[in-house]
Amino acid sequence: MEILKTSFGRRSFLKASAAGGGLALSFNLATAPNALAADAKSAPSEWFELNAVLSIQPSGAIQVRVQNPEFGQGLMTTFPMIAAEELEANWEDVTSVTAPYDQSRYKMQLSGGSWSTSMNYPGLRMAGATALHMLKTAAANAWNVPVEDVNAANSVLSHSGGKTATYGEMAAAAAILPVPEKVALKDKKDFSIIGTSRKNLTGSQVVKGDSLFGIDVREKDMLRAVVVHAPAFGLTVDSFDAESVKRMPGIHDVFTIKMYPDDLVRGFSDVAAFREVIAIVGDHTWQLMKAKKALKVNWKVEDSYSFTSSDFFGNQNKVTVPKGLEDTATHNAIMAAMVETGEMETKRKDGDPMAAFANAAKVVEHTYHAPFLAHNTLEPMNFYADVKEDSAMLIGPHQGPMLIHNTVAAHIGLPAEKIDFKMTRMGGGFGRRLYPHWATEVSLISQRVKRPVHLIYTREDDMTVGVYRPSYTIKMRAALDANNKIIGYHVRSAGTPEACSFPNRFPAGAIDNYLWEESPNVSNITVGAFRAPNSNFMASAEQSFLDELAEAMGADPIQMRLDLLKRAQENPVGTDNDYDAVRYASVLELARDKSDWNNRGDKNMGVAAYFCHNSYCCNIVDIDMKNGLPVINSVTSALDCGQVVNYEGAINMAQGGIVDGVGISMFGEMTFVEGQPQHKNLDTYRMVRINESPRAIDVHFVKNEHGPTGLGEPPMPPTPPALANAMYKATGHRFRNQPFITDLETLKS
Amino acid sequence: MTTYSLNINNQNIVVDVDPDTPMLWVLRDSLDMVGTKFGCGAGACGACTVHINGAAVRSCQLPVSAVGEANITTIEGLAYDATKLHPVQEAWLAHDVAQCGYCQPGQMMSAAALLSQNPNPSDADIDAFMQGNICRCGTYTRIREAIKTAAKA
Repeated sequence: MEILKTSFGRRSFLKASAAGGGLALSFNLATAPNALAADAKSAPSEWFELNAVLSIQPSGAIQVRVQNPEFGQGLMTTFPMIAAEELEANWEDVTSVTAPYDQSRYKMQLSGGSWSTSMNYPGLRMAGATALHMLKTAAANAWNVPVEDVNAANSVLSHSGGKTATYGEMAAAAAILPVPEKVALKDKKDFSIIGTSRKNLTGSQVVKGDSLFGIDVREKDMLRAVVVHAPAFGLTVDSFDAESVKRMPGIHDVFTIKMYPDDLVRGFSDVAAFREVIAIVGDHTWQLMKAKKALKVNWKVEDSYSFTSSDFFGNQNKVTVPKGLEDTATHNAIMAAMVETGEMETKRKDGDPMAAFANAAKVVEHTYHAPFLAHNTLEPMNFYADVKEDSAMLIGPHQGPMLIHNTVAAHIGLPAEKIDFKMTRMGGGFGRRLYPHWATEVSLISQRVKRPVHLIYTREDDMTVGVYRPSYTIKMRAALDANNKIIGYHVRSAGTPEACSFPNRFPAGAIDNYLWEESPNVSNITVGAFRAPNSNFMASAEQSFLDELAEAMGADPIQMRLDLLKRAQENPVGTDNDYDAVRYASVLELARDKSDWNNRGDKNMGVAAYFCHNSYCCNIVDIDMKNGLPVINSVTSALDCGQVVNYEGAINMAQGGIVDGVGISMFGEMTFVEGQPQHKNLDTYRMVRINESPRAIDVHFVKNEHGPTGLGEPPMPPTPPALANAMYKATGHRFRNQPFITDLETLKS
Repeated sequence: MTTYSLNINNQNIVVDVDPDTPMLWVLRDSLDMVGTKFGCGAGACGACTVHINGAAVRSCQLPVSAVGEANITTIEGLAYDATKLHPVQEAWLAHDVAQCGYCQPGQMMSAAALLSQNPNPSDADIDAFMQGNICRCGTYTRIREAIKTAAKA
């Protein structure tokens, strides 16, 4: 067995490992671990690697390699907690580092979809349990006792005969043992780390301002670069004056780079609106920013073009990008017409919805709308690349190297295995860093100038380059009979350039006659996943509409939802309903009880619940209006995300999701005139600030036997509709259009 | 390029940069002091907040030529010494404020400046002083609590 020596500390250990040191002991988290022959004599003295996740030092220090990139979801603490639980480790011994990118050892090194914890929970437990078994076996061998008689607790091995040893003392012997084929996992009732609160293991680095982020990368001989993209979607480079800018201080070169090779089948992540951008390379960021402003460019309208795209599951289709300079007003008019009379694709039909509406005693129908949103991660897009003739090293913040690996390889003409990635901490992701076109750009720049280069986007670049949350218009209809029973439900979903498509979510399954129709409005404005993709607005349309429907029915908004869920549980319509009605109801009941909803009196409280990313969340918002704006007194959040690993971290995550929900629905908006984004920086693109955020956010978790499910996304979608429903109570105005600030300002005047 | 002699975190440091270079980029590019963050370059997000003679200033809006002999403190110099963090940093850890952590150096520099001029701020004081600092992860409720804890230290 080959074990890495880290005589220069943690960083060199990571470097050596990332360089492909040929580690013999493989631990593929998706499958059982492999045991391989090993030679004790080759073992160095410092870190003993028990598997791809865990290493132990003779001192007793335990290092957990976290295989997914961190962007604030707390994996650098959560993952170690899971492994340490099964390892019976003393938590004080545990530290964490970002794992190298290595697809042979780790599966799906990608953060997104709220799946990191749920997907890695079994593997991390196995990593801890197998390592523990190896430590116990090493002790059993040393003490000449049966392994079954060796006990472990708090990083100490012991035998009833009186012998004890620390994990550190047994690490060298354990590291060369075969990995057990089977290990027993702990009973949940015996957990002492999972389900408790542990401080963020990277907290101290954050508060000291340590170099953690991609933008902090400083490598030897590194140049810096910026890019200039067209000021409007639908434009491209015609000509530019490189020479005058090249003469500016600190500027090395100015040239264009082209995205993507014509024959490239674009992957899920290959989203870039601007196929040709101008790169400026130089010494100092400030000099580059001045050069960027000074560069004179003539732009021209780009013709329509097509490419082949492969989705996340490998299905190929042809995409045609339309020509033209688009306006928000036109988008909105097209979507408004679409939901009224446009031809749409039927995605689900139960019973006879048209007859239900024809026979209805009352029809309730309303249309809801949301604009494009920019992600605005606080760390702007940036990436480092050192492309050499026979290899390349890329370093930076991105949600997963696998997203861009093959694209970079195709662009720079190197085999994929010659391209190495390092994952840095990200200053926010929210979906934006699933589309790392900037990693491709910097690779091309580095290849051209034959130097390591760090590309940095200005905030203006970041906000105007695309990959937005789509814009939506959704018409919701319900048919009531003479007894105010819902007999029909109809959704007409439009979006630019994609529509919300959740035909099998609640209340599907609870209503006999149901119809879901949808249609996209094509556009050359690029979009991508934005925290709780599409759910982030579908919840608003659905849960605001249910509030209006409850009012029309004369029903309590929570009881009305519970009645529908009871129907879905006892006698579901159809078989494709993608939620568990019992778990859904449990969050409504928990939030109702914790917020004292039934005794709310005159309080302006609004409720909404939603299921996405395999988790359930109900938020109840309590507001007062002051100077025409909501003061959010409290948000009571009830969540079912299965097993909570780190309580304090989970509460923080939920609070953040709720604040994000308030922010995007109150203020978030990107609009276009003749293809030009109308907001370019945070001075006019309004983000929620401390004075506008809730005064208190109380988070409660349903306790059950389910394993962990998503948490990064589910608390956000039910926040905007709960806020809208509370503001209705306070103002008598229904907030159907986001951002709410537009209506609030109209109401004020 | 012009030579400037700066007082940063109680050290005298000489840099050679264009006079209009914002302090943010002097710190980040010339001195590789990367704790001070670039967020917007427009003074609109607070990620680049440093102290100039104890007052919170957006370093992206402060040309190096305007600094003179003022004392500059960055997040790297906020702690009392290598073993003792500033009470704001301690409170940030106690409340586990950070998510991604990118804005937090700027948040802490603003919070420390607030507490130096108002040792016992109300919620309204905190909201008024801190609203120039965006936290994209939405850790605001914890920031409020951490500032109150730091005030008691």
